[in-house]
Amino acid sequence: MTRLGAAALAVLAVISLLALAGPLLWTIPPETTNPALNLAGPSGAHPLGTDELGRDVLSRLLHGTRVTLLVGIAAMLAAVSVGVLVGAVAGFRGGWTDAVLMRFTDGMLAVPAFFFILVVVTGLGPGIATLVFVIGALSWMPVARVVYGETLRWKTAEFVVAAVSLGVPAPRLLARHILPQAIPSLVVSATLGIAFAILTESALSYLSFGVQSPLPSLGNMLQKAQIYVFTAPVLAIYPGLVITAVVLAFNFLGDGLRDALDPRRRR
Amino acid sequence: MVVGQEVIRFLFLRVASGALVIVFASALTFFFINLAPGGPASVMRFDVTAEQREALIKKMGLDKPVTQRYVEWATGAVRGDLGTSLLTDEPVTQRIGERLPNTLTLAGAAFLLSISLGIPIGLIQALRRGSPLDHVLSFFSAIGLAVPVFWLGIVLILIFSVSLRVLPSAGVTGIATDTFFDRLQHLVLPAVVLASTVLPTIVRFMRSAAIEVLHEDYIRTAASKGLAPRVVVSRHVLRNALIPVVSALGALVPRLLGGAVVTEAVFSWPGLGRLALEAAQGRDYPLITSLTVVAAAVAVGTTLLVDLAYTRIDPRVRVA
Repeated sequence: MTRLGAAALAVLAVISLLALAGPLLWTIPPETTNPALNLAGPSGAHPLGTDELGRDVLSRLLHGTRVTLLVGIAAMLAAVSVGVLVGAVAGFRGGWTDAVLMRFTDGMLAVPAFFFILVVVTGLGPGIATLVFVIGALSWMPVARVVYGETLRWKTAEFVVAAVSLGVPAPRLLARHILPQAIPSLVVSATLGIAFAILTESALSYLSFGVQSPLPSLGNMLQKAQIYVFTAPVLAIYPGLVITAVVLAFNFLGDGLRDALDPRRRR
Repeated sequence: MVVGQEVIRFLFLRVASGALVIVFASALTFFFINLAPGGPASVMRFDVTAEQREALIKKMGLDKPVTQRYVEWATGAVRGDLGTSLLTDEPVTQRIGERLPNTLTLAGAAFLLSISLGIPIGLIQALRRGSPLDHVLSFFSAIGLAVPVFWLGIVLILIFSVSLRVLPSAGVTGIATDTFFDRLQHLVLPAVVLASTVLPTIVRFMRSAAIEVLHEDYIRTAASKGLAPRVVVSRHVLRNALIPVVSALGALVPRLLGGAVVTEAVFSWPGLGRLALEAAQGRDYPLITSLTVVAAAVAVGTTLLVDLAYTRIDPRVRVA
């Protein structure tokens, strides 16, 4: 792995540790309001100050990072499941199934995603479940393409043909012999997918269609911050910096993994 | 320009597939919204009298099957009738028509900005590959891909509107002033923010395309026959590297339009994106459905324009 990729992995480990263990050590609940102390600056009790309702910013940041990371990972898992299913079935079955599924994939790629996301949120109502569903439903296409390519490439390989002639049933053939070959590319897609999911989550939560207050997420912390940008600009800085750092790290990790797993791309 | 048979075939295929994309987007949106638990069927839960509910169901045609409603809606849409907005009772076409020019201005400005910056930056990076400049610019591209659009907007507002007070933070024009210069001033921040969604990608495309071309034999030939480096770059490297870049531009338009939704929200820009947010908040089904279709149509239309540019740049498509 490249040095940049390794550094990204270290940054992600630190941030994940903070998000998971931080709330255990910094025990002020993120929902506790304190009307007497709204938009306060840094102090011993609140090292990063408080927001417009007097809630502790450090606590909200730690919990928000946790929520954002979990939503990002869950959405990525949804996208990868759909993508693997569509890509593997299309590549393995070929013929009409292939044509229909892959044209559907192309169609989904051409639809302006963000408008369609709003359609889904209108239909299902905002919330974490909708968020995971909608991000998964709109980001499985690149995964499907990758898996499709790998399935096409490996289904004629000798060891697969051998398995076929031994009478291995199709689902087992896919699961045991073909899909494992796609794991390196899948790991790369999944890493980059988390970055995309986190960016989408934060944008939707910022627009008040995602994670709903009082539960904090890095995106919805920025929702109110814009209103107070004149009086308390730091409120807008912290969550944005964390999002940028996390997404940057996932992107670098994805690139690093790709270079490590595919030597041809190193140039 | 000689229009060969190949070009016509190429463009025909693109128009046909574009039309299919629009139909696909409209069907997907329409069926999703009509079958979703919180869709129009939820009028059943509205706090209204039986007669009012009856009237609403009649008005929205909910007593008919979904497929029939889709066909009726789609035939109306082809004739330019997208239905009535539930929130304001105005025709949907009118509400969209009022907002469309603002979004086209914003997205167009951002796209032009990204192309006119991205191509030279990518080219310079390819020519100075491995230099500190290349690394610094690559790092900026990586940051650009990682920064949330809306946060970049907030930060730029913080810098240019709050601290320096040189640029306005919201709207298309000032309250009292409506001059060209005033509009341009209001456009700067939103256009820069929106450009950040596609600029890094264009830079990366251009960089790798130019590196690819620099390895070609004809570049070595051009250099060794004594052509000035400037001519080699402008006539041979740039023109050939542009071919894959231009063909990839079309795929960026949906992302640009998605970014426009968020950018318009940050800068209170009265375009399609903000309209979509209002529609989603107010559960205005006819409006949100039509907006998605219009956005798909804008994306398809722009992609076609890009394809036309492609036939001009790549003579292989043109001659044949």
